[in-house]
Amino acid sequence: MLTIKNLHASIEGTPILKGINLEVKPGEVHAIMGPNGSGKSTLASVLAGREEYEVTEGEVSFKGKNLLELSPEDRAREGVFLAFQYPVEIPGVSSTNFLRTAVNQVREYRGLEALDAVKFLSIMKEKMKLVEIDQKLLSRSLNEGFSGGEKKRNEIFQMAMLEPTLSILDETDSGLDIDALRIVSNGVNQLKSSENATIVVTHYQRLLDYIVPDFVHVLYNGKIVKSGTKELALELEEKGYDWIKEEADAASV
Amino acid sequence: MSKDNQILEELTSKDYEHGWSVDMEVDEAATGLNENIIRWISAKKEEPQWLLDWRLKAFKTWLDMKEPEWANVTYPKIDLQGLKYYSAPKKSNKPKSLDEIDPELLQIYERLGISLNEQKKLQGIAVDAVLDSVSVGTTFKDTLSKMGIVFCSFSEAVKEHPELVKKYLGSVVPMTDNYYAALNSAVFSDGSFCYIPAGVRCPMELSTYFRINAANTGQFERTLIVAEEGSYVSYLEGCTAPQRDENQLHAAVVEIYAAKNSEVKYSTVQNWFPGDKNGKGGIYNFVTKRGICAGDFSKISWTQVETGSAVTWKYPSCILKGDNSIGEFYSVAVTNNYQQADTGTKMIHIGKNTKSRIVSKGISAGKSQNSYRGQVQVMKRATNARNFSQCDSLLMGDRCGAHTFPYIDIQNSSAKVEHEATTSKIGEDQLFYCNQRGIATEDAVALIVNGYAKEVLNQLPMEFAVEAQKLLALTLEGSVG
Repeated sequence: MLTIKNLHASIEGTPILKGINLEVKPGEVHAIMGPNGSGKSTLASVLAGREEYEVTEGEVSFKGKNLLELSPEDRAREGVFLAFQYPVEIPGVSSTNFLRTAVNQVREYRGLEALDAVKFLSIMKEKMKLVEIDQKLLSRSLNEGFSGGEKKRNEIFQMAMLEPTLSILDETDSGLDIDALRIVSNGVNQLKSSENATIVVTHYQRLLDYIVPDFVHVLYNGKIVKSGTKELALELEEKGYDWIKEEADAASV
Repeated sequence: MSKDNQILEELTSKDYEHGWSVDMEVDEAATGLNENIIRWISAKKEEPQWLLDWRLKAFKTWLDMKEPEWANVTYPKIDLQGLKYYSAPKKSNKPKSLDEIDPELLQIYERLGISLNEQKKLQGIAVDAVLDSVSVGTTFKDTLSKMGIVFCSFSEAVKEHPELVKKYLGSVVPMTDNYYAALNSAVFSDGSFCYIPAGVRCPMELSTYFRINAANTGQFERTLIVAEEGSYVSYLEGCTAPQRDENQLHAAVVEIYAAKNSEVKYSTVQNWFPGDKNGKGGIYNFVTKRGICAGDFSKISWTQVETGSAVTWKYPSCILKGDNSIGEFYSVAVTNNYQQADTGTKMIHIGKNTKSRIVSKGISAGKSQNSYRGQVQVMKRATNARNFSQCDSLLMGDRCGAHTFPYIDIQNSSAKVEHEATTSKIGEDQLFYCNQRGIATEDAVALIVNGYAKEVLNQLPMEFAVEAQKLLALTLEGSVG
């Protein structure tokens, strides 16, 4: 589904990603871990098409298409979803209105008919249960005055509505208490299928207790320096990142 | 940022949608302005002597006045002698029903999406359509007249209700008020007149569509709305104009009189030709709009969505004379390309316990300049006056300007006046967030702008609000930055 080959990216001339290779197949959950500043969030942003980042080398193919050639909105319409670490506020625009615009534009791209208000609301009610989100929250301005937990739940709710094939969760666990973490993870798990894949970007192992990954990759200094299964995450939790850094630094000398 | 700016430039190339004109035989006054022209207009309109005298007096006053220069706008001097002061489509000879109206005229409205017939049936709006200077169709008049409501063209009101016109004309905006008001008083062509008798609640939104058609014709509309004790009316005004190369002057006067316990809501959606993307052409809109809350517990509310005109100079105001009276001003003003807008309001508190509320949302894009100019004045007698003002500016791109000029003058220490102001830019973060959900940049801008202007749009009657939303999106197409 997603193939990343030798991906290099920089921001304002500073290289951040220095040769990422990753293969994600349908039905898989990949965790990207790593110390602060290793390039985890950059990877998520580059995949979603954030324009501040310049791709200097490498290829990314998504469902056979060259992802890097697509505009951010077309990537989304093709099925790439990014759950933001810091969801943006849009005053005066209700979550419902926002999502209806999004869902219908995605549907149009996929050659599907637009959903009318009634149909949209009934689908919305169904998906609201997944993340235990209140309809009142959705009629408020998007993310404005939402608590950290509400913002993240809203992200996963949007994910449920947009039915992406590749979901990238960028530090979704940051700022969540244990209950919110459980609710959000629950939502993500229920959305999992053999058709779609998830990339979980996180600093801590904690989230992976709930969203169990098939593969764990450690990103350090712009490269994946170690890959393994969920046991690797546990090992990191126990030992920290220093040993990985040392290994990687030794190898690069 | 640079890419956004590029999108902006590519997309602002969109031409004005309503830019066309229909050739029609037109009955025009000779070019220029002098006493004879005024006599000619008055005679043409079969006006009584008192009205001609009133016009002439205004003209004499105007001759001694100077064009104001304090507004934050620049434009070449208008050659007022180079304009024609009256232009009426020849074929419209006092129609009694829509059937009698020139199909060519009706077609213009239809191309603008204003079908009298449809509006009549679907929206329950009585439409007094003004093409250039003469009213060509008034609907729902019968229904309204049964309730004692008068809603007709100004010329008709002069003939059929001279006593009302004589009593209120110039009572809120005196002919000597300002340069353009004096000019309007001298040469006004036509407009609307609305009278709501005591205790009557007008059952429908009253609406007038203005349209400037003939080239080089100054338009001088005159609107007078009188709400008697305990009455209510909601009045809508909306306009579009065809594309012209020469600048057209529009200097309208709107007067509202609200008696005790009455309420008048006046909503405008203004979409006159703003000039092309190089700043060529466009309408000059120098309007005087003022209402007086003459009676206790009366209320006047102005709502405006301003997207058009090359230069706008407009301050719908409320004189809060009656005790406990309320004045409101809700405004969205959008400027793009080389447009300039200097708009705002005046709230003059004279009565006790008077309240006013100002919500102004400016949106600037392209190389435009957008100014809010507002005055809150609390007079000595106005014990416990309250004002709340909120002036927000939204910038798109880095070559436009937003300015705020609030004037506050308090002469009574019990007054409470609040002023809040914010300036923001459409953030790249917001756009990227929308993009990431599959929303195209242009639609994202429309969404964000409509959200920003929501508080004002909510004040508009439903069908008008939808229209206004579309207009905002259209005006700002490609203005991301």
